[in-house]
Amino acid sequence: MIVTILDIVIAGLLLGGLYALIAMGLSLQYGVARVLNISHGEFIMLGALTTWTLHRAFGINPLISLAVCGPVAFVLGFIIHRTLFKRLLTSSASPGVFESNSMLASFGLMFIIQNIALVAWGPEIRGYSYLAFPVDLGGALFGANRLVTLGFAVVIGLAFYLFLALTRTGKAVRAAAQDPATAGLMGVNIDNVLALCFGFGAAMAGIAGMLISMCYPVHGVMGLEYTIIAIIVVVLGGLGSIPGSFIGGFILGLIGSIVTYFEPGLALAAYYVIFILLLLVRPTGIMGK
Amino acid sequence: MPILEGEGVTKYFGGLAAVSSVDFSVYQGEVVGLIGPNGAGKTTLFNLISGALVPQSGAVKFKAENIAGLKPHRICKKGVARTFQSVKIFANMPALENTLLGALFGKPNNTAAADALREATELLEFVGLSAARATPAKDLTLANQKRLEVARALATKPELLLLDELMAGLNPTEVAQAMELVTRIRDRGITVFMIEHVMKAIMSVCDRIMVLHHGVKIAEGTPQEIATSKTVVEVYLGE
Amino acid sequence: MNITRVDFKKMWGPGLLLIILVLLATLSLHASTYTVILLTSILMYVVMTVSWVIFSAPTGYISLAPAAFFGVGIYTSAILGNKLPLPIVIFVGGLASFCLALLVGALTLRLKGIYFAMFTFGLVELIKHLLLWYEIKFTGTRGRFVIVVDNNTIYHVMLIILVALLLIAYLIRRSRFGLALQSIGENEDAAAHTGINVNALKTIAFAISAVFVGAAGAIMATRWTYIDPYIAFNPLFSFMPVLMAIFGGMRRFYGPILGAAIFAYLEEILITRFPYYYMLIFGTILVVTILYLPDGLIGLIQKVQRRISGGQHANT
Repeated sequence: MIVTILDIVIAGLLLGGLYALIAMGLSLQYGVARVLNISHGEFIMLGALTTWTLHRAFGINPLISLAVCGPVAFVLGFIIHRTLFKRLLTSSASPGVFESNSMLASFGLMFIIQNIALVAWGPEIRGYSYLAFPVDLGGALFGANRLVTLGFAVVIGLAFYLFLALTRTGKAVRAAAQDPATAGLMGVNIDNVLALCFGFGAAMAGIAGMLISMCYPVHGVMGLEYTIIAIIVVVLGGLGSIPGSFIGGFILGLIGSIVTYFEPGLALAAYYVIFILLLLVRPTGIMGK
Repeated sequence: MPILEGEGVTKYFGGLAAVSSVDFSVYQGEVVGLIGPNGAGKTTLFNLISGALVPQSGAVKFKAENIAGLKPHRICKKGVARTFQSVKIFANMPALENTLLGALFGKPNNTAAADALREATELLEFVGLSAARATPAKDLTLANQKRLEVARALATKPELLLLDELMAGLNPTEVAQAMELVTRIRDRGITVFMIEHVMKAIMSVCDRIMVLHHGVKIAEGTPQEIATSKTVVEVYLGE
Repeated sequence: MNITRVDFKKMWGPGLLLIILVLLATLSLHASTYTVILLTSILMYVVMTVSWVIFSAPTGYISLAPAAFFGVGIYTSAILGNKLPLPIVIFVGGLASFCLALLVGALTLRLKGIYFAMFTFGLVELIKHLLLWYEIKFTGTRGRFVIVVDNNTIYHVMLIILVALLLIAYLIRRSRFGLALQSIGENEDAAAHTGINVNALKTIAFAISAVFVGAAGAIMATRWTYIDPYIAFNPLFSFMPVLMAIFGGMRRFYGPILGAAIFAYLEEILITRFPYYYMLIFGTILVVTILYLPDGLIGLIQKVQRRISGGQHANT
């Protein structure tokens, strides 16, 4: 009995770590750059499939692929923001219009990236095995790959939290999230900060993709579900709160683990129930204003 | 019996009391002014009356009925209309349509399209905007946009009209015209409760004035009494 | 001289529409099967696009739910198709979508628009997961077979749905309901203070927009004969109406119709020539349109018209 509970809890934490990472990425993009990037999951997918290719074709250790996925996703996100979303920002009549337009543009982006992936990798489901040996934790067995995933998610999450709290650029980011106009007046290079945050968000997605590829099979249309989960976690944690997304991710992961134990296949439905409850009772989420 | 009454109206934002236990009464036919330094809670009070916000405690009574907690559209239909500090007109619609909406939806009973159209046209005339009836609201001057907001509010056949800084941003000529409009509104039998910073206007148009500071009512009386009140002068000079 | 021009302009739109409708109605008598099938697809997309525009254009609330309603319609057909007569099945498909939309609307439309967009975005995937779970657990199947209906009937049903939709869309636009929806999009606070029950109106408009998509799904399912949750609940069906509406232009009544017709035909061509790239092309077109053509194709045409007529005035 205890073993089962431990099983579920740790599985929940593992899932939660992943969710926290992808949610923090989306939270950065929405909270600071004010872009509800519904192509977020596609960056996850790109990270996952790239890692698969590097591992299968070149035998590169997935953990080393991190050095590729993260930075490449960052650059991609940075460029996309500078070219696409920055232009939308200047042409939009109001913040509300920008929010709609940028979301719709990211909708287009979602199909563009998905198509590219399907052309590059084909529609088949891919997978590989890495660090798949079991590790014994208090009687329950867990794949080492999943533990590594959890470790990475927590480390990256904490590192980013410290970055925001302690470094100069981090403070600029927080200022930009609160009030972009004033931050700009205070000497913060807003254009760069917004693009930076968008890039960071994409980087987190890419890294999450790499981690996911270590544990689960991957394919071209895997992104949508992760985008939806990221959105729900961001709402749970509070729109605009990065620590909230971190915590929310673990909460949702735990819920997912519990539900999957009793009724596999209903995890997303359970997340949506949480979503509905939030909308009814507390749309601002756990840590939202 | 006052047409509008507030008892202990309180609203907190986080830990800060925007409006703190404010009592007020407005009697039918009056023009009452609401003044106070920026951040005093004046617009918040209006929001609490019009239904845009819900008070944490206290009652807001319109014609002896507690309206606190009702949705804005219901309060509007009961006979309370307002204008906004930031001029919330329907920018891409012509002036006539803006006003028409008030005539169609703002009254408790259904109005036929033809009647509503007639009322809207009359009101545009009343505020002096007949010539601009087909102009998109966003193309009007600020003074005209404010007039349009008033016309739209009047189209809902209110008994009480809340005016939030009607004179803000207007030049002296426009201010005089606005003052005259307020008087004409009062002559139509509508009670007016108005927030203003333009002292000259408030002093000459209002029957009574209320002063808010940091969310608390600190003075109330005739324009004469307020102008000579030490408390009020201190509050304004001390800022 | 001026008077005739004005009269002609007024009759131009509705007159042309009537002629087109009559042509369409009689088309099945002499056109090839391929043409009928192609036109059915075009009509379907016009239905989806115009219904999307009914709600999202005036209010500014972006709905990403059309695919969900379409799927509901498809499954209604799959489940009830062999138990009830076709008209009833289609009606139920529309009704089911209506109810779903009422539920979603009541839940999300009282909050900021972003919540509505987020909720509707995931709705397709949610229903798909629920159905998969249910079908696998309780009925043991993954997919279902749908009754077969001949192409001409499908075509005519879709035409009827479209005509009903165009009528409703036109009436809404001309009514106080439509004016109120527009005011909600312009300034929701002000609309509420002008006596408009914004939440109720938004929810009703959203529900109306869902009915026709559901009905369209119900009839289109009969063309595919075999469906499963993946086929029925495809995010593509949320993407296409959005693309078509934005590209066509949402200011004018016929903008979405134009956009739908163009893209439905384009999809037909691209699927045969570049089956692996059409989503890339469509996605790019959407992004480019949002960036450079905010008022869509119709907006562009109007701009060009104004420039031409403006030039003429300058010469007199």
